Amino acid sequence: MTDVFAKRRFRLRAMKKLMDNYLPADQLIACPKCLRDIPIAQKEENLSVCPHCGYHWPIGAKRRLEIIMDAGRYRELNADLCAGDPLSFPGYPEKLAKAREATGMNEAVLTATGMIHGHRCVVCALDGRFLMGSMGAAVGEKLTLAIEHAQRNRLPLIIFSASGGARMQEGILSLMQMAKTSAALRRFSEKGLLFISVLTDPTTGGVTASFASLGDVILAEPGALIGFAGPRVIEQTIGEKLPEDFQRAEFMMEHGFVDAVVARGELRAALGELLLLHQGGKHEQ
Amino acid sequence: MSNEMTAHERVMIARHPQRPGIRDYIDALFPHFFEMKGDRLCGEDEAILGGVALYHDQPVTVIGTKKGRTLQENLRANFGMPSPEGYRKAQRLMQQAEKFHRPILTLIDTSGAYPGMRAEEHGQGEAIARSLYEMSGLTVPVIAVITGEGNSGGALGLAVADRVLMLENAVYAILSPEGFASILYKDASRAGEAAEVMKMTAPELRTLGVIDGIIPEPEGGAHTDPARAMQAVDEAIDAQLTALMQLQGKALVEQRVQKFRRMSAFERAELTKQPAARQEK
Ligand SMILES: [Zn+2]
Repeated sequence: MTDVFAKRRFRLRAMKKLMDNYLPADQLIACPKCLRDIPIAQKEENLSVCPHCGYHWPIGAKRRLEIIMDAGRYRELNADLCAGDPLSFPGYPEKLAKAREATGMNEAVLTATGMIHGHRCVVCALDGRFLMGSMGAAVGEKLTLAIEHAQRNRLPLIIFSASGGARMQEGILSLMQMAKTSAALRRFSEKGLLFISVLTDPTTGGVTASFASLGDVILAEPGALIGFAGPRVIEQTIGEKLPEDFQRAEFMMEHGFVDAVVARGELRAALGELLLLHQGGKHEQ
Repeated sequence: MSNEMTAHERVMIARHPQRPGIRDYIDALFPHFFEMKGDRLCGEDEAILGGVALYHDQPVTVIGTKKGRTLQENLRANFGMPSPEGYRKAQRLMQQAEKFHRPILTLIDTSGAYPGMRAEEHGQGEAIARSLYEMSGLTVPVIAVITGEGNSGGALGLAVADRVLMLENAVYAILSPEGFASILYKDASRAGEAAEVMKMTAPELRTLGVIDGIIPEPEGGAHTDPARAMQAVDEAIDAQLTALMQLQGKALVEQRVQKFRRMSAFERAELTKQPAARQEK
């Protein structure tokens, strides 16, 4: 078992390093998929998608909203909400402080209202650079408040997931956020309101096993890792190596868990289309 | 005596090979029980057992994790680690309970949902998410009893209940102390230490407001005197169910949702500087 977690840690560290990779614009960055060097400026201009092979780099929550919202504008909700330390877990406050500094965010999720193609909506985005986008009690609370805000104002809801799952340092309270967010989404759904879940690389663990899987429509970015158990844990369980495409967005679509795989450059248009198509049917009940 | 027990000692009791399993509870608590199999979609998962039972003259739907008594049973039940088919069977039986207006009783003892290839292909994440979603809206009383280990989303998938009860030596956590120690201490052998900080014992979870009651066990654990342990479980469930039966469906849903809604721990920070130009009015 130790080996499984050691491997997973290594992978997570490598991923974190990748996401923290802020370099001057004239510098080159290697695409982890096709290994070609790309100027940072070109990568940014191309929404952090490799122009050669289409690899999608993970992006932060602020960048996500800039790309998605009309004119990149939005109004943040509960920006001041941040984690407590319910287990008094050694080293947790320091980790939080570091994550805040690295991301300029108080927590691993940004929740906001704004417009997409002229449709007002509530949009949330998890940030994978903030403690792996893990869901603790503050993330669960912010999401639930955003869902409730959308419900009160009868607005469509969009959540971009990017998360390693529930946040270990908050123990069982993190687990309870899965129930809390799922219950909030049920109430939201019962009001006939639209929830679009967008799965980005990676979406795993307790986030996959709660709100991220409960969209009326579920979209995914190409190549995104989507699953409950992590690949290394599964490999250890079955004692063999997983195929390259296993748990990828396209694989999840083939198995019936994703409506459409949409490239980052097309996402804004796709969301606009879905919002337009969900303005309400005319059938009287 | 048991108050002085460490969390790690409780973990050991919760995992004791002779600890009563779901079959023992069914035999002891219900004079009638009819097992129902299958998710009506594509499969049957033996890690989750469900059916209808008679409990104090009241029909109830019983759903729980099954580890199995023999090695062969253990293997067939993946040692009590459910697959998506199991969660979908549970959802089916819960909807059935709703149709026939009977309360639901879940019995939980699992090291977590099964992390296998097929489980992923069949949507383990979706299956658990859907269970949380469905359970939060049930209009019949739901009582969950954590009898042994309750680990991760695999346990929570059966525990969105009006009353969550734990046996005195049961444990309930985000994952096993071994897994927790591996991830946070980079050392699985520090599981004992992890158990102490995880707040996974019944008294700690009661203080946190995550569970609603503790069921006493005979000294040394339920396996030392199963009959007495069963009697305590019976009394606890009976008392809770009698109270819940007085509530109407809508009130039950409201109370259940509000209970989980309150499970929070957060602070309000001073606002970090926002890039004002990007902010909407
Ligand atoms: Zn490339």
